[in-house]
Amino acid sequence: MTIAFPQPDEAVLARRKEIVEGLGRLVASEALIVTEDERRAFETDGLTAYRRMPLAVVLPSTTEEVSAIMRFCHDHGVKVVPRGAGTSLCGGAIPQEDAIVLGVAKMNRVLDVSFENRTARVQSGITNLGISQAVGYEGFFYAPDPSSQLACTIAGNIAMNSGGAHCLKYGVTTNNLLGVTMVLLDGTVVEIGGEHLDAPGYDLLGLICGSEGQLGVVTEAVVRILRAAEGARPALFGFSSVEDAGACVAAIIGAGIIPVALEYMDKPAIQICEAFAHAGYPLDVEAMLIVEVEGSDAEIDDMLRRIVAIAEPFRPKTMKVSQSEAESAAIWKGRKSAFGATGRVADYICMDGTIPTGQLPYVLNRIDEIVKSYGLGVANVFHAGDGNLHPLVMFNTNVPGEMEKAEKAGEDILKLCVEVGGCLTGEHGVGIEKRDLMTYQFNATDLEQQMRVRGVFDPRWLLNPAKVFPLEGRLAA
Amino acid sequence: MTTHTPRDEQDASIIIREAADKGMLLNVSGNGTKAAMGRPNQTDASISSSAMSGITLYEPSELVISARSGTPVLEVMRVLAAKGQELPFEPMDYRALLGTKGEPTIGAVAAMNLSGPRRIMAGAARDSLIGVRFVNGRGDVVKSGGRVMKNVTGLDLVKLMAGSWGTLGFLTEVTFKVLPKQERMATLAIRGLDDKQAIQALSMALGSPFDVNGAAHVPDRDRRGGTTLIRLEGFRVSVDYRMNEMKRLLKRFRFMDLLEGVGAEALWQSVRDATLLTDHGNRAVWRVSTAPTKGPELVAQVAQGLDAQWFYDWGGGLIWISTPIDGDAGASVLREATRTFGGHATLVRAPAEIRSTLDVFEPQPEALMTLSRGIKASFDPAGILNPGRMYAGI
Repeated sequence: MTIAFPQPDEAVLARRKEIVEGLGRLVASEALIVTEDERRAFETDGLTAYRRMPLAVVLPSTTEEVSAIMRFCHDHGVKVVPRGAGTSLCGGAIPQEDAIVLGVAKMNRVLDVSFENRTARVQSGITNLGISQAVGYEGFFYAPDPSSQLACTIAGNIAMNSGGAHCLKYGVTTNNLLGVTMVLLDGTVVEIGGEHLDAPGYDLLGLICGSEGQLGVVTEAVVRILRAAEGARPALFGFSSVEDAGACVAAIIGAGIIPVALEYMDKPAIQICEAFAHAGYPLDVEAMLIVEVEGSDAEIDDMLRRIVAIAEPFRPKTMKVSQSEAESAAIWKGRKSAFGATGRVADYICMDGTIPTGQLPYVLNRIDEIVKSYGLGVANVFHAGDGNLHPLVMFNTNVPGEMEKAEKAGEDILKLCVEVGGCLTGEHGVGIEKRDLMTYQFNATDLEQQMRVRGVFDPRWLLNPAKVFPLEGRLAA
Repeated sequence: MTTHTPRDEQDASIIIREAADKGMLLNVSGNGTKAAMGRPNQTDASISSSAMSGITLYEPSELVISARSGTPVLEVMRVLAAKGQELPFEPMDYRALLGTKGEPTIGAVAAMNLSGPRRIMAGAARDSLIGVRFVNGRGDVVKSGGRVMKNVTGLDLVKLMAGSWGTLGFLTEVTFKVLPKQERMATLAIRGLDDKQAIQALSMALGSPFDVNGAAHVPDRDRRGGTTLIRLEGFRVSVDYRMNEMKRLLKRFRFMDLLEGVGAEALWQSVRDATLLTDHGNRAVWRVSTAPTKGPELVAQVAQGLDAQWFYDWGGGLIWISTPIDGDAGASVLREATRTFGGHATLVRAPAEIRSTLDVFEPQPEALMTLSRGIKASFDPAGILNPGRMYAGI
């Protein structure tokens, strides 16, 4: 428990009754959650080791209600923690005692779809997968696919600029977002972008995307939808060394091939996943790649032939090109169950740093050394094409001090990512988890510029405070 | 007027800090090939990146390249091509349209978010821009982003810098994600469609699973038909297959040709650089962004009120329109059309006296202007960098 929370504002706590009553005048009673039992469901998110009970929870149904709530909080100096589905892994939606949670999950409708313009306008509480399901009947989909896509909302995706396994080809949220309706802290509703590919003026859309709920609350979004490829098929390669697997990744990309997914698993991850999913993974290798390509059958055959030829010089011990739907499903089942399967064998924290891919072998070896030095274990599953690592640092909650050790090891790993030219977070966000590490990646001037921009939108730091920036910061515009 | 040509970012920092202290207004530029764009501004001195050139990092297997902001775009493209790679967004070159000479810089590609036909698939320059270093209006050296393509650490100031036209900071180094150059390019040309039919054909093509990465329509002079272009790229086998499928998909639009080779490349270059409009000589040129299906109606409304010439890129979502230069160069007609159909219009070519009296960029609602002014002040509190180049007061 090493992450600090700010002291709650006693004056605000003392006004709780008055604040709850005020909110009660703005939304229907079923949209306001005040009892302790019900508020408990909102006291944490995907970073469950930390929790704080919010002052109240509001679940509005319209942009107008969001606007009224924001204006009320602005006028009364109440902090607001925006929340989508609460799947954040970095504590991005964890409340504090003197803040209300403003959840958009009830606002989950598709408002308009244009297949001709390849856009969908949705309310921001819709799930990521919900968008794809709504446009799937015409063969379209929404491309960014975080692992939590079944549950996470597009509001959260925009807040965190989420990615996923397929973003090597299709990009992350910011590359697929065309417009938003956003409520500013003082209740002003602004429209940014729209159904067209670029917007006039400063790129506010790009700024909002990944701002972790610190600039406003997004209530609607216009996203690009794409027609899905005719088919997709993976191949699996097992290597006897980390170096060979890393070099194979570089060779595939060097040959001009951008697979739709390029996933890496190390030996512990392979063993954990195989024991759970029985996917037919090789247990005698040090590293494994899953390479998926898309297109027609003929295109897929051609591409996989090229990839196999590229892989051969790296002496793979296993080379398996999927021949059927069932084989493809098995290959992916193992990979996709990695987090759940690891949870069966240990408690773990999932780290999220990005490194230049040329540093893969060095970084993986160093991660192993770091984690061992704390007497813990680690499994690595990640997107190798873009260098976004997800070391799962394993520990036992029942052993006193082990979780703190895991946190320390995780911190060392993220610092290592920055040292080799990478960054602290590739897709999970900073939240509270990596807030205090920001000074490793940015110097004071870099951070000041970011905080001043934040201050333009929220000079009093009422929106999702105590996230992203070190607590001692707080520069207004 | 003094022109400062700093050799590095420390140098730039000293120059800008001193200018900020004295309240001296600075014109920010690379080699000045696009100096005639935006609102004309009156400045006391210039700061140019022309002496800051060179590629600082290139890792082909990591698909990343960094260069000092004054590096010629041509040099970046040449270095990438030697390893079979390219800038995915196909940056447009304004020289022919503006009648300027000199070497466009990679910094300007970032600062003006210059993208070409492939924007529909590969994204704009801002989508490939993953890292920047710049000097803000206080003289501080600031970095944002980095050299890895997935990065959500802190606020994405990289995006904010893209397309900010030098009003927020003087870029010193930019880092782009790159992609392999495709083995083969083939273009399907459909002849004889009017604007509406053409956009329908392009929408069908773009809504197919066959990865279209160029989609334009060029009306004939008599406006009774035109040439509709659909481009596919990739490995040979794949392009063959997809082109056959595309022809089958669009078979109801008859007169089809397959264009390949140097001629087809030149054609796409003239779409990219909007040189299809340059032979209209002394006319104003506008760039309109809208939802593709709205394009033909928007254009029809404009053509009713003006002697306009036009063509479409981005599947119909980007419309280049030339208008007579007299009066407001068509501003009121165009702005009325974007209000009716959605989207926005930018005046990219017109004499300075017209650009100084009109909104060059689409006017924005007051709430967005307030945010924009706040952002400008957070980077450049004294308002010394390219003052008024985008909007009055910004």
